[in-house]
Amino acid sequence: MISMEISSTTQNNHQRIHPHKFTMWVAIASICMMFAGLTSAYIVKRNQDNFLEFSLPNYIWFSTIAILLSSVTMHLAIKSFKARERQKYKLFITLTTFLGIAFTLLQIMGFVKIENQGIALIGHNSNAAASFLLVIIGLHALHLLGGVIVLIIMFFKSFSQKIKTYNSVPLEIMATYWHFVDILWIYLLIFLIWVRS
Amino acid sequence: MSNEAILHANMGSAHATHDDHHEHHQETFITKYIFSQDHKTISKQFLITGMVWAVIGGLMSVLFRFQLGFPDDSLPWLEDLLGKWWAAGGHITAQGYYALVTIHGTVLVFFVLTAGLSGTFANLLIPLQIGARDMASPLLNMLSYWFFFIAGIVMLSSIFVETGPFSGGWTAYPPLSALGDTSPGSKTGMDLWIISMALFVVSSLLSGLNYIATVLNMRTKGMSMTRLPLTIWALFFTAVVGVLSFPVLLSGFILLIFDRNFGTSFYLSDIFLSATGTALPNEGGSAILFQHLFWFLGHPEVYIIILPAMGIVSEILSINSRKPIFGYIAMVGSMFAITALSFIVWAHHMFVTGLNPFLGSIFTLFTLLIALPSAIKVFNWLTTLWRGSIRFTPAMLFAIGFVSVFISGGLTGLWLGNSALDIHLHDTYFNIAHFHLVMGVASILAMFAGVYHWFPKMYGRRMNVTLGYIHFWITIIGAYLIFWPMHYEGLAGMPRRYYDYSIWESFKQFSDLNKFISIVVFITFSTQILFLINFFYSIWNGRKETSENPHGATTLEWTTPINPGHGNWVGEIPEVHRWAYDYSKDGKDFIMQTTPIGADEKEEKH
Ligand code: HEM
Ligand SMILES: [Cu+2]
Repeated sequence: MISMEISSTTQNNHQRIHPHKFTMWVAIASICMMFAGLTSAYIVKRNQDNFLEFSLPNYIWFSTIAILLSSVTMHLAIKSFKARERQKYKLFITLTTFLGIAFTLLQIMGFVKIENQGIALIGHNSNAAASFLLVIIGLHALHLLGGVIVLIIMFFKSFSQKIKTYNSVPLEIMATYWHFVDILWIYLLIFLIWVRS
Repeated sequence: MSNEAILHANMGSAHATHDDHHEHHQETFITKYIFSQDHKTISKQFLITGMVWAVIGGLMSVLFRFQLGFPDDSLPWLEDLLGKWWAAGGHITAQGYYALVTIHGTVLVFFVLTAGLSGTFANLLIPLQIGARDMASPLLNMLSYWFFFIAGIVMLSSIFVETGPFSGGWTAYPPLSALGDTSPGSKTGMDLWIISMALFVVSSLLSGLNYIATVLNMRTKGMSMTRLPLTIWALFFTAVVGVLSFPVLLSGFILLIFDRNFGTSFYLSDIFLSATGTALPNEGGSAILFQHLFWFLGHPEVYIIILPAMGIVSEILSINSRKPIFGYIAMVGSMFAITALSFIVWAHHMFVTGLNPFLGSIFTLFTLLIALPSAIKVFNWLTTLWRGSIRFTPAMLFAIGFVSVFISGGLTGLWLGNSALDIHLHDTYFNIAHFHLVMGVASILAMFAGVYHWFPKMYGRRMNVTLGYIHFWITIIGAYLIFWPMHYEGLAGMPRRYYDYSIWESFKQFSDLNKFISIVVFITFSTQILFLINFFYSIWNGRKETSENPHGATTLEWTTPINPGHGNWVGEIPEVHRWAYDYSKDGKDFIMQTTPIGADEKEEKH
């Protein structure tokens, strides 16, 4: 990609954001709308009768810690990548991946707990209050899992000796997405606490 | 970020030198015509796929118009052709009728007027008119087409399943869409419908992201936002609307999938199914919730359809009047206003759902507000035409036709937008007339205009002009004859989506009118075949284009070679020095955007 380097220095006298990065930002706006749709649907539903009240399982809090930590490790991963410290980079990206998986597992455990309390998430005796929780939190987790898959790919790439790339753009885009999914979770958490209080 | 980087990055090869030649890797038939990442090829793929769907969707309307116009007649060969399910005894069956109406609506709205229109012209024009070698991400762009393609295959397959395709209307309201037992089409047909639509949403999102990133980041030197042709502004706003509203539809679909497949009660409550004689356990759901989520996309969707059409028409009207577009900034501003307002009017589709009348009046206010920017646009188009030296090319005729039907259909929007009047007009033929004129016909006319106009850029040849004129006149006259009378039917209370009106005492009087409408449909549809012949014949045998700039236009796509390769310009991308509408200026017929401002010339301030 030498030509890329050259052309972007010669042509790029005015600093514009990389189009792929920008695309990620627009995608983020789009994902926001999806959750805006779901959370406003939740508000509409909550005001109807027959909306079950129950407390959130503690696992939710543990998963929140995991995702917050993963944002920190993601940040450190980028820093070490830019400093060209490959070993550290590999370590942090591995940690981030595991924290992401831990987040998802903790949430699944949370739902198992809800089910064990006798509150059906799906099926004919389910209540929309619980189903909504499943759909909203589940969709968020799917977005996180998408990120995990990309992280795993990046992880293996960092071990392949053949490709030595110093282009940090893909990683930066990934990090933006990761932090976004984190912030989205915080939003959802606050929303759920607020709307259910 | 540079254009070169995008193209190089995606050609997957590292080059040690920085050269301007971009045709350096070996292209096979597959990479050039099928899995192509060249925006121009993807544009053609969208166009031709859209045309296939237009034919399918159009044929469906011919079939159900046969039922509406001739409810007592039968064509025995129809049963041989379509089978018993659709046309037992040569009659369109009731289930067949509802399936036809539903798939006609879905296909025309989403596959033809969204993917076919935006997909074609955004792909063709965005890189060419802003001076970019390709989209921000050619790969996503290609994926977007293939998602659309697969969505189409899934939808098509639903027509052939035993219980028929989905038949609960293009809006897919629950419970028909949520409960398999409510109608034949609610079973496998609906599963396929929803899969197809989910794929389609993914396709729209991918392309929307790409269009936005490209317009904002990849413009050539000197191409400031206020120098963009209106086509680009329009396509840009279209993408913004799509990216912000499709995800909401998707969330509505996800809840629907849960209700269908996992027994949840988001949309369902207190239902007794007479088909199975059972009372369902679902409680606490609300079908209105789906309507909110659906129309939060559904209304912006109609602007996703009309905005590109407005852009195309603005461009063609200006070029063929040899006059600058009147009120460039007002045009951009009104498109912005339409974009913003389109998100806060959705409940005008729900005035009769038991919506709080106070809310209704607020939505009436916002809805009527949209008439303002729409009127500004119409005024500017008419003023652009005023005293122009008009060239009545087929493209120009279609563009003028657009303005005409947009006015006729837009005016009835004011009736419907009034929540009190809408109690009477809702779900009648008045509504059908309104949206077919303002959206269906208007956008199709603009699409034709675009195809006739940019055909030389797409294929390096010309389409036949005489056939174009015949096509135009029959289409526009036909469209008015079909949809104008429907206003009267609707005012008389004739509801939409009924299978047979002849058995209703109050609507018997319209039998002859319905017959008349149906006959005009047959004629108008047949005329479209003329266009297809013209199009495909001209791709290979049309008169060869000899000029790089056949219309004497100012925009960048006409600075490329007649048949541009991947990368569009052979040398450097040209620099832009002025806006796109310097027509009949300083004694010159037109001045290209690439021409520097002369020493004694004043730049157009707008
Ligand atoms: C002056 C501007 C407009 C106003 C005030 C307006 C108002 C309305 C209202 C109130 C309805 C609902 C009628 C009912 O269901 O009872 C409606 C339906 C519809 N409008 Fe418009 N409209 C306008 C322009 C447009 C434009 C520009 C388009 C498309 C390009 C459009 C497309 C549609 C469609 C597709 C429907 C019917 C959807 C369905 O029920 O299947 N309208 N319009
Ligand atoms: Cu609307």
